[in-house]
Amino acid sequence: MTPKTLFRKIWDRHVVTQQPDSPAVLYVDLHLVHEVTSPQAFSGLRARNLKVRRPDKTVATIDHGVPTRTEDGSKNGRLAFADEMSLRQIRQMEENCAEFGIRLYGLESENQGIVHVIGPELGFTQPGMTIVCGDSHTATHGAFGALAFGIGSSEVEHVLATQCLLQWQPKTCAVNIEGRLSPGVTSKDVILALIRQIGVGGGVGYVFEYRGPAVQVMTMEERMTLCNMTIEAGARAGLIAPDENTFDYLYGREFSPKGEQWERSIAHWKKLATDEGATFDHEITLKVSDLEPMVTFGTNPAMSIPIGGRIPDPDAADDEAQKSGLRKALDYMGLTPGQSLADHPVDVVFIGSCTNGRISDLRLAASLLRGRKVSPKTRLLVVPGSNQVKRQAEAEGLDRVFKDAGAEWREAGCSMCIAMNGDQLEPGEYAVSTSNRNFEGRQGKGGRTFLASPLTAAAAAIAGKITDPRPFMQS
Amino acid sequence: MNQFTILKSRAVVLPVDNIDTDQIIPARFLKVTDKIGLGEKLFSDWRYLPDGSANPDFVLNKPESQGAAILVAGDNFGCGSSREHAPWALAGFGFRALISTSFADIFRNNALKNGLLPVVVGADSYRKLIKKLESEPQTELTIDLPEQTLHVPGEASIHFSIDAFSKTCLLNGVDELGYLLGLEDQISAYEKNL
Ligand code: SF4
Repeated sequence: MTPKTLFRKIWDRHVVTQQPDSPAVLYVDLHLVHEVTSPQAFSGLRARNLKVRRPDKTVATIDHGVPTRTEDGSKNGRLAFADEMSLRQIRQMEENCAEFGIRLYGLESENQGIVHVIGPELGFTQPGMTIVCGDSHTATHGAFGALAFGIGSSEVEHVLATQCLLQWQPKTCAVNIEGRLSPGVTSKDVILALIRQIGVGGGVGYVFEYRGPAVQVMTMEERMTLCNMTIEAGARAGLIAPDENTFDYLYGREFSPKGEQWERSIAHWKKLATDEGATFDHEITLKVSDLEPMVTFGTNPAMSIPIGGRIPDPDAADDEAQKSGLRKALDYMGLTPGQSLADHPVDVVFIGSCTNGRISDLRLAASLLRGRKVSPKTRLLVVPGSNQVKRQAEAEGLDRVFKDAGAEWREAGCSMCIAMNGDQLEPGEYAVSTSNRNFEGRQGKGGRTFLASPLTAAAAAIAGKITDPRPFMQS
Repeated sequence: MNQFTILKSRAVVLPVDNIDTDQIIPARFLKVTDKIGLGEKLFSDWRYLPDGSANPDFVLNKPESQGAAILVAGDNFGCGSSREHAPWALAGFGFRALISTSFADIFRNNALKNGLLPVVVGADSYRKLIKKLESEPQTELTIDLPEQTLHVPGEASIHFSIDAFSKTCLLNGVDELGYLLGLEDQISAYEKNL
């Protein structure tokens, strides 16, 4: 038999049919749905009088617009919705799920959270699956060796109605991550370095498979951070071959296979890894042994530098488009070429999102904040990625660490990652954020974002300015 | 979906690389539950000044941009989020075709489903086109989908590629859901083996 890549094994098993000169009809094992990209899809179903074909393979949550605080700050007070429209969108989601018989982790649910956090933690996400969601960061689930990617609302409607999607087969790219990370350097820094190396369009048309020694030793949560930002390089999806780490993570989760089924699943999952001798359309190598914590300085995730580095000079860029792109970004950010980011003042620090809002991220941030105070010049927002993460953090006393340091400890949701729920930057404010996008206005109109790891974010909160987190780790 | 055959129109030029979907339609406008009115929010943060008035320096507000159905933009257009609100906003403004050196994957898929044709041209053609349009903004371009050509007056026509499936869908205004629903038997057969 010809050796196959992990991608190809999943792809081949899911092609329902393919007509000549047409895209493949790909079967979807798990469809995740949230309130922002689905209302028009449900309206489409109603207009055509269609049902949801497989409610059993569809899981919904409310995350993008969900308030993370109550109006009066009390535990059981009224939730502080951003506005009437936001509330209406959330109510619409509840109605849609009730009408079409879809399982919803809504406002009331103890398992509500960001769609890409709850999928894995509830055990819905499993190796070998095809997973889609009307959300580009669906790539996150690739950490489990599932082919997972974002789709638009029309496609959400297609999947709701037929459980299938029309897809052209993407090309494959092996991403070899070589070397060993030094202390204080995280998988967030790895993915920022990779995007810097290949650019925000560097992966267009490809599915990445992350491999190599640095990936093998990563925990599942670190792998999720890595796969999560694959889309920021323009790639369709990011995959990591399932291994013992994957199985350990999934064992005993609510929707993980149980008993005999578990044994059978493991046997199947073990066969998914790319075969010896299988070929990729392309290959990239990133060496990480000398990697430092990374921070973005511009308005896309490729515009980053090592924490000790200097902002590049647009005049030194290769072509006119790059030059003007850099100039525009520095102008928006209010930064100058050649400047170091160290000591740049920070108004807000946001720790959360589907990139870095999991329990291990909160543990990292808390390890620096324990016994220290947030700078009086800075506001620190800590937003757990899900209610499960929140409960776990509180059981470990991390909420106390944050609150004692002067941080705001919030309810689970996307929050300031996308600034739809009322949590947002004011025009001109600078934020260090553990989320994934530093686009103009992403965290609030006129807001300026520096992307970084939870460690770098926590250090910035303490210092009130951008600073290397590593000295804080030693003391 | 609207049919697309031959489009003759002036073009708006936005020669910026990596225009992300947060710029095309900022997240605060994603609270809608329909697709109506998004054209007014297109490029909102570039198009309107803080007091809400139109920014006279932004290309979409220039008199020659009014009524243009083609947008010419920099590389990797539509990167970022999967929000289909981006093509809805572009189509809502009146665009029917986009020209760039490349498009982000999800955006491209979304655009095609809304009768919005993404035309990929080479870097040289792109540079020449921008130059021409900047010096003669009234230039009318012709995009001929059946022939897969882009005509710029006074220049040799440029061939562009598009897969046969998407082309047929656009030419006939076919929507993909209808196609998928027609495959019921195959889908059921596949599900039997799950
Ligand atoms: S946390 Fe941010 S990136 Fe992740 S799903 Fe929510 S809005 Fe999207």
